[in-house]
Amino acid sequence: MTPLLQVENIAKFYGARIGCTDVSFDLYPGEVMGIVGESGSGKSTLLNCLAGHLTPDDGSVQFDTRAEGLRDTITMSEPERRMLSRTDWAFVHQHARDGLRMNVSAGGNVGERLMAINARHYGDIRGSAIDWLGRVEISEDRIDDRPTAFSGGMQQRLQIARNLVTGPRLVFMDEPTGGLDVSVQARLLDLLRGLVREMNLSAIIVTHDLAVVRLLADRLMVMKDGHVIETGLTDQVLDDPQHAYTQLLVSSVLQV
Amino acid sequence: MISIENVSKSFVLHNQGATEIPVMQNASLTVAVGECVALVGASGAGKSTLMRMIYGNYLTVTGRILVGDVDVAAAAPREIIHLRRHTLGYVSQFLRVVPRVSTLDVVAEPLLATGTPREDANIIAQSLLARLNIPERLWSLSPTTFSGGEQQRVNIARGFAYPYPALLLDEPTASLDPANCATVLAMISEAKLRGAAIIGIFHDNAAREEICDRQLDVTKYTLGLAA
Repeated sequence: MTPLLQVENIAKFYGARIGCTDVSFDLYPGEVMGIVGESGSGKSTLLNCLAGHLTPDDGSVQFDTRAEGLRDTITMSEPERRMLSRTDWAFVHQHARDGLRMNVSAGGNVGERLMAINARHYGDIRGSAIDWLGRVEISEDRIDDRPTAFSGGMQQRLQIARNLVTGPRLVFMDEPTGGLDVSVQARLLDLLRGLVREMNLSAIIVTHDLAVVRLLADRLMVMKDGHVIETGLTDQVLDDPQHAYTQLLVSSVLQV
Repeated sequence: MISIENVSKSFVLHNQGATEIPVMQNASLTVAVGECVALVGASGAGKSTLMRMIYGNYLTVTGRILVGDVDVAAAAPREIIHLRRHTLGYVSQFLRVVPRVSTLDVVAEPLLATGTPREDANIIAQSLLARLNIPERLWSLSPTTFSGGEQQRVNIARGFAYPYPALLLDEPTASLDPANCATVLAMISEAKLRGAAIIGIFHDNAAREEICDRQLDVTKYTLGLAA
């Protein structure tokens, strides 16, 4: 089996400051990897480098494209990369309003991704939109409402529907459950887990919530000051952390 | 099926003066197909530590832990995930699940993860829950609100849903009444009959006598280290 994503020595500098450096890993189909670390540890910088939102200063990101196998997404042309981000990739932003069009209806938000890959039949597009709204538990009668009329949790679920409607193979998530109340968080986690299993999705999840990664991620990467300081099985890293910082991180979580 | 050779383990607490706590030295154990071995020793002797090392939850410092043909002590995370999905089951003392997921789904999950169709997985999960006396009206609810004994039985149902060739059981009968305890013991012997290699921790002496072929006192590997 070939990896879906092969990351080698990614580095990004902001002037003299390190964004992230020396990051390498493989991600296989169906795998979920979590990236944790404190604010400013470089996890979002890394995610944005992987997803093509930032250009790294060094390294390569090989993605297993459907047509041509492994391709370096950093050196590929902008149109090719944009095509990937409309089809095989999805990016779930922390703030739903960054990933949605707030003045377009819920159905339109979902349908837009389909039209971007040349879906033209109105009935089909609306049908898919209704199907996906149902999967993320948004009732069909809200399809013509704008996201501005939705609660934060609904907006986040709508963003996920919009991202997954094109059947992507790799999902990047930046704090997908941040800022949501815990009951909505739980529903979202369950939804994501089901989708990962049913669609054989691979996902990279950036978060600082250790409970979220324990339930969602197979593997975990801990970052500090732009460096990866520890990697391993999620439960192993959380239950038997080796690095001083990881030990501090794990022992600092408040018990409910 | 399971072969443990000279494993050692220590914890280093970096934030508490880099204290190194050795907890196990040169532990060895083999478990054949269809055999059940009990780990015994006082509380804190290292029974659960050894079990967690076999499951890959704790890193092993030295030695080999072979489950089938995978050396857990040296395997990559991906290999351990595969091993846990298809070969090595684990019933822990605590139920850890996504809140709001129904009991039926919690139990069916190991089957779904290994590619069993939804309908078949549900049928198996239902029969296990019925056998373990979880009332049917609770199946659609999340087990997070259940009583301790009920949670433990859900955990057992989940652990036995998929026929793992190797099983780790951490006090599976601890908070169960005699009837449910007998059911769990029957399930363990059925697993032995189909060839599962089992390592268990049982505080209940009668249960241990009944189900285990041998016992291993972990104190001899941890003597003078932990306590």
